Amino acid sequence: MSGSIFSLTRLQAQFIKEILSVLRDPRSRMVVLVPPILQLLVFAFAATLEVRNVDIAVYNRDAGRWSHELVQRLDSARFITHVRHVDSQRHLHELIDRGDVIAALAIPVDFSRTIAAGGSGRAQVLADGRRSNSGQITVAYLSTIAADVGAEVVPDAQAPNPVVVRHWFNPNLVYRWYIVPGLTGILALFSALLITSLSIARERELGTFDQLLVSPTSTPEIIISKSLPALAIGTLLGLFMVSAGVFLFGIPFTGSFGLLLASLVLFILSVVGIGLMISAVSMTQQQAILGAFAVGVPAVLMSGFATPVENMPVFLQWLAQAIPLTHFLIIVEGSFLKAMPPGDILASLWPLAGIALVTLTMATVFVRGRLQ
Amino acid sequence: MQVSPVVATAPKSADAGTAAVVIEGVDKHFGSVQALRTLSARIHYGRLTGLVGPDGAGKTTLMRILTGLLVPNTGRVTLAGYDVVRDNDAIHVASGYMPQRFGLYEDLSVMENMRLYAQLRGMDSDRNADLFAELLDFTRLGPFTMRLAGKLSGGMKQKLGLACALMARPKVLLLDEPGVGVDPVSRQDLWRMVQALTDDGMAVVWSTAYLDEAERCESVLLLNQGQLLFDGPPQELTAQLEGRSFRLEDVGAGRRSVLTEALDLPSVSDGVIQGAGVRVVLRDGADVAQIQALADRTQVHLAAVPARFEDAFIDLLGGGPGGTSALAERLPPVELDSEVAVSCRKLTKRFGDFTATDSVSFEVQKGEIFGLLGPNGAGKSTTFKMLCGLLKPTAGEAHVVGHDLRRATGAAKSRLGYMAQKFSLYGLLSVRQNLEFSAGVYGLEGGVRRERIEEMITTFDLGDWLSATPDSLPLGHKQRLALACSLMHRPPVLFLDEPTSGVDPITRREFWTHINGLARKGVTVMVTTHFMDEAEYCDRVAMLSRARLIALDTPDALKRSAVSPERPDPTMEDAFIHLVESADREMEAAA
Repeated sequence: MSGSIFSLTRLQAQFIKEILSVLRDPRSRMVVLVPPILQLLVFAFAATLEVRNVDIAVYNRDAGRWSHELVQRLDSARFITHVRHVDSQRHLHELIDRGDVIAALAIPVDFSRTIAAGGSGRAQVLADGRRSNSGQITVAYLSTIAADVGAEVVPDAQAPNPVVVRHWFNPNLVYRWYIVPGLTGILALFSALLITSLSIARERELGTFDQLLVSPTSTPEIIISKSLPALAIGTLLGLFMVSAGVFLFGIPFTGSFGLLLASLVLFILSVVGIGLMISAVSMTQQQAILGAFAVGVPAVLMSGFATPVENMPVFLQWLAQAIPLTHFLIIVEGSFLKAMPPGDILASLWPLAGIALVTLTMATVFVRGRLQ
Repeated sequence: MQVSPVVATAPKSADAGTAAVVIEGVDKHFGSVQALRTLSARIHYGRLTGLVGPDGAGKTTLMRILTGLLVPNTGRVTLAGYDVVRDNDAIHVASGYMPQRFGLYEDLSVMENMRLYAQLRGMDSDRNADLFAELLDFTRLGPFTMRLAGKLSGGMKQKLGLACALMARPKVLLLDEPGVGVDPVSRQDLWRMVQALTDDGMAVVWSTAYLDEAERCESVLLLNQGQLLFDGPPQELTAQLEGRSFRLEDVGAGRRSVLTEALDLPSVSDGVIQGAGVRVVLRDGADVAQIQALADRTQVHLAAVPARFEDAFIDLLGGGPGGTSALAERLPPVELDSEVAVSCRKLTKRFGDFTATDSVSFEVQKGEIFGLLGPNGAGKSTTFKMLCGLLKPTAGEAHVVGHDLRRATGAAKSRLGYMAQKFSLYGLLSVRQNLEFSAGVYGLEGGVRRERIEEMITTFDLGDWLSATPDSLPLGHKQRLALACSLMHRPPVLFLDEPTSGVDPITRREFWTHINGLARKGVTVMVTTHFMDEAEYCDRVAMLSRARLIALDTPDALKRSAVSPERPDPTMEDAFIHLVESADREMEAAA
């Protein structure tokens, strides 16, 4: 019962209180349980940059061999669900207008004839510019198919693919291999951010925060006891995603598990500091949730998960370095596919440690600031 | 007060006395909670009807049924002749409703709020100018039309709410707890306004948990746990208690033990401390002999006093709790090195250029019950928060049992207990976990910890509720739990921040029994309160107004200072209003 800065008894009492609060609060429970399952399903199965399951329209005015060959190849292409044959240019336009097809192929009357005469056949491709990204990718797929047909026409000519591209680390460019490791970080980020940002705001709504402040407990104790549940839950969620990646999606894990765990812990600690700062300035739980999203969403967008950091303006690149997720993504993606050497991991680990130190210190200052 | 022209179109005395609202066999339940049980009553034009009862009695539910916001499960209600369910649209025209929580837009100015309300009522703007002027004059909000509603004081907010509710010239005005968060001075203003409205024939319903407000109503509907206990003029109810209320005059220092003894007498049903005296109510048909014997033994004068509405309420519920605090019985007497438990010198707090507390100094003796009173915004909660370490003073110093709150925060904090307004308990933890937590956070360990927790469970009779959540506890038990948590570490000083607001009178009495018991064991109690009768329990009261300490004395001395020819026996509320107003006059004179 002394006025010391640290007491294990007080810390234990608060830790039990925090864990029970998180697990018994329906809102916190939802934050812990729903997003992992939802994100796993949504991101892993739905969110993809590949083009699949699209329809293509074909207006074939040529009755010759080569157009037949081309259409057959389209029919058997795996990314196309249906090839829709139309008999007028107008109908072709309509299908694109209505968004029924992503692209249309118009083959002129003299297509096969020109090829037979030794010329090069030309066909027109119309792509839906409203879906520019998918459209472009479709056009690229279509030109590959056309090139293959061309290779058959003149088998002796030079190789149609002068350059053979080989993708290292992810030779088949499986999109999930890239997205699931990244999800580990995003999931841990949001759960830790929400749990901590709710924690002080919840107590303020209940009026128990004043009760805590008049007790002999010190600010570092409050910070530690509020960090631990988020740390435990965030780490467990991160590990859950890592094992889902390894066992469910079969992504090769080639790096060091120990180093990944260490960086996961440091990463969550730095997020916990941000969450506690948000919580310290929020008067209600609603404000805290809004605050968490206002910080979390831009952090994800700028972290390099969606777009490469190198493509951003220099100023934003600097800012991205202050986002813990940026560093963690490098580590987790490296650990999964690249067998990143410890030296490289450490290069991203120390900024994480630095950010954690800064955010936790600031959280302490913010909480103490409540005492005005 | 002049008769207001605002209600010129309200029904005239022709309908006065006829029923404005007819309630017939109304039942309302929310899930398994029975909010109203087969309630039947009438509310008349030209009268102020009080809807009285403790929190959770069903007042707000009834109000919301009257305004057509809730549909009763059974029974029917008509308001100004319209059925509240079938003629819902007509109800909104015939009634004006002022909800409990400030129902206005805080980010709009006074004028913008009024305009918005007028437009919502579909009124054209040409006619508004006159009406607005009338309403502003009536509510005396004229000088503040440009101020944001969120920046108004509690009393002014209520007046603005009233102005907006009066906008449509309603026949029936429903006010849901307009007195909450309003200091006695502003409350006085509200009473005057409502009086003017009823004089003009409007039916006004004023719901309240303060029983002293009930006495000012012409008619009262007394609710408890959804049941109508009494319907009629309050005097009728108090008359039944005639000849059963007495006061032991000038008992002085021994009043707390005298109260305990009196409450433990079988013939006494209820008792409270009033300044230096003890006020008791005898049981129905009980003899005065026992209390007379007590008066003789303590050599004080026993005087018969008029009955109060609160006496009657407690009597209807079967009397107050006993006088012995099981808690205080177990507590060892407090030993302190110094006789001064809490002190502050030139305590000042500024927020920007606003001074919330201005150079306040006082000393509180060990074992004293010390009250902090003041209008809203007077700085009493700022001062209170600085004394228990929740705010850092801008200047000056505060000491708790000899520890400076600036330097030895940890040491000082471990010697004080704190209980906040809403019983800040962890709703997600069970009762036992709450007890465990407060023991832990005050660093109690091992055997001592188990012992203390068990002690609190037996003392406060919490054994049956250990795995329940605090929110599911009856109010009385919830309060006991909050008190148990704040006393776990046996602090020599206890801080209570409006500990009994929203609590029924029986629970309040039980609470004060414990507090009196603690004070007799030498625990120093610092308390802020809105209830003027609770200030009577204090040994001394510090009165704050406009950030300054304007008076510091015993409750009796404060009351004496307000004695005037018109008011030979002023109440604590009279004293409060008198002191605040004369301090304001002095300020103006000095300026």
